[in-house]
Amino acid sequence: MTISVASGKGGTGKTTVAASLASVIPQSVYIDCDVEEPNGHLMLQPKFTLEESVNKLLPEIDYNKCDFCGKCIEVCEFNALINLKFEILLFAEMCHSCGACEYFCPQNAITEIPKELGKLRSGITENGIKFYDGLLNIGEATAVPLIRKVKAKIDNEKINIIDSPPGTSCSMVETVKNSDFCLLVTESTPFGLNDLKLAIDVVKNINVPFGVVINKYDETFEEMENYLTENQIEVMLRIPFDRKIAEAYSNGILPVNNSDKIRREFIGLIATIKKKIKSNVTQMTQKKQIFAD
Amino acid sequence: MKQIVILSGKGGTGKTTVSSAFAKLLQDKITIDCDVDAANLYLLLKPQSRNQFEYFGGKKASINPELCTQCGLCESVCRFDALHNYVIDPLSCEGCGFCYRVCPDDAIEFTETKSGNYFECNLIDDSKFYYAKLLPGEGNSGKLVSEIKKSALTNVGENIKWVIVDGPPGIGCPVNASLSGADFVVIVTEPTQSGIHDLKRLIELLKTFSIKCGIVINKYDLNEKQTLQITAYAGKENIPVLGYLPFDKDYIEAIKANKTIVEYSSKAAKDIENIWSKVEFFMDISKN
Repeated sequence: MTISVASGKGGTGKTTVAASLASVIPQSVYIDCDVEEPNGHLMLQPKFTLEESVNKLLPEIDYNKCDFCGKCIEVCEFNALINLKFEILLFAEMCHSCGACEYFCPQNAITEIPKELGKLRSGITENGIKFYDGLLNIGEATAVPLIRKVKAKIDNEKINIIDSPPGTSCSMVETVKNSDFCLLVTESTPFGLNDLKLAIDVVKNINVPFGVVINKYDETFEEMENYLTENQIEVMLRIPFDRKIAEAYSNGILPVNNSDKIRREFIGLIATIKKKIKSNVTQMTQKKQIFAD
Repeated sequence: MKQIVILSGKGGTGKTTVSSAFAKLLQDKITIDCDVDAANLYLLLKPQSRNQFEYFGGKKASINPELCTQCGLCESVCRFDALHNYVIDPLSCEGCGFCYRVCPDDAIEFTETKSGNYFECNLIDDSKFYYAKLLPGEGNSGKLVSEIKKSALTNVGENIKWVIVDGPPGIGCPVNASLSGADFVVIVTEPTQSGIHDLKRLIELLKTFSIKCGIVINKYDLNEKQTLQITAYAGKENIPVLGYLPFDKDYIEAIKANKTIVEYSSKAAKDIENIWSKVEFFMDISKN
């Protein structure tokens, strides 16, 4: 079972919610896919046991074979190669490692060589949460291949909590797609609402069932309530705007470890999500049967 | 003309609050929102009018089932897991065109697709403001950032002194794109463990670009010990601290009222003015 935690806007509390969820589920797996700025380790304090390089492939040209025909440049959609007639110049940060240049080179002059993109770190926390995150190398532009490697750590026998990068573009989609459920974390401001709408568009697009958590909840922001009611979107948890929670967070302390009330709420939240996933599966099987009949 | 980019690494530390305050405060400027995933600045600057432009971020492949002989070659070359059972998932398609080129039956179409819109707007003070909206789930956000900046910075009037750029979170491709041509970066951070962790990664990135920067510590009184830690770190890295903003409900109330903080609170307006004067000061110093 895989539950991803995402949000359009950054800083709404994705990591707090994801790490809190992982903390209240025995034997959970926590996967931090915010590889540009991974913060889950600051909250869960795992002991890292393994760090592996994750590579991307870059073309290398054998000038003993290359006749500067320009086929590689023609097939590269990302303008990563330039033909200087005495050298084929590579802009490594533009390369998407699709492999077309190697395949189409008529002289077989191109070999793909691995270059480190970032690190995949594995560890375990004091209370037995399996922990994985990705750390993109500084200056590296493409996060998606690293996200894929980190996501490959999903353990289907367990409950996996995935912390997503902010935004609504490719990194977020790569992280959230194929989840059984997505929690969208927002906050009670017009920014939070605006970006929540964008995030809802994405999860609907990729057919992932979702629910909303309002963090820094402020009941006086009525536009949020109105929008959610009108669109029949369920709010699964409200975490109040509270300076004490913010102060604890600043020291890397999760609200579930600071307040029994919030801990109970998170235990309730995971129970509700499990029920929803189950009923989704039942519905899908029923539909399949109807289809088969 | 000087270009100031506001960044943070971590999201939600107050980039847009600071950018919108600068935009309100300054004359002779252009303002650009480069957070194309989740643009918020327009909510505070309230454009008076806007022109819409379409953005085509790249091509996508699709299979014509009538021509497809199901040889499976396309699936074998696709590295983006976009091809299953002779159907291409447009969200996974990276637009590399490998399948299109390799198909022996010419059954794959490879066409430009729209991946967003961008807007050229006029603000109430008659200055220009640009922002964009990526279609949900699209890639190429870095390219859209470059496109919007290019369109904002061509044909700039001679009277323009400042370009204010509200940047995206993170340290990946849209951040790199937002940094092109920057004269100074204002980093907005917060005294939390995550804030500091992400600040350090951002500063490492800025070093590779050799761009001068300064730090604004937002919500500084939330954790004064960590605020001191940031100040000490900044000193060690030889980066000026431009100012401190308090953890104060006024900042949220201003956003809820769809106002910039300088319109909402005169005390905050003073703080922001002080920060801006330091931006000007350190930008000048860095020339020598």
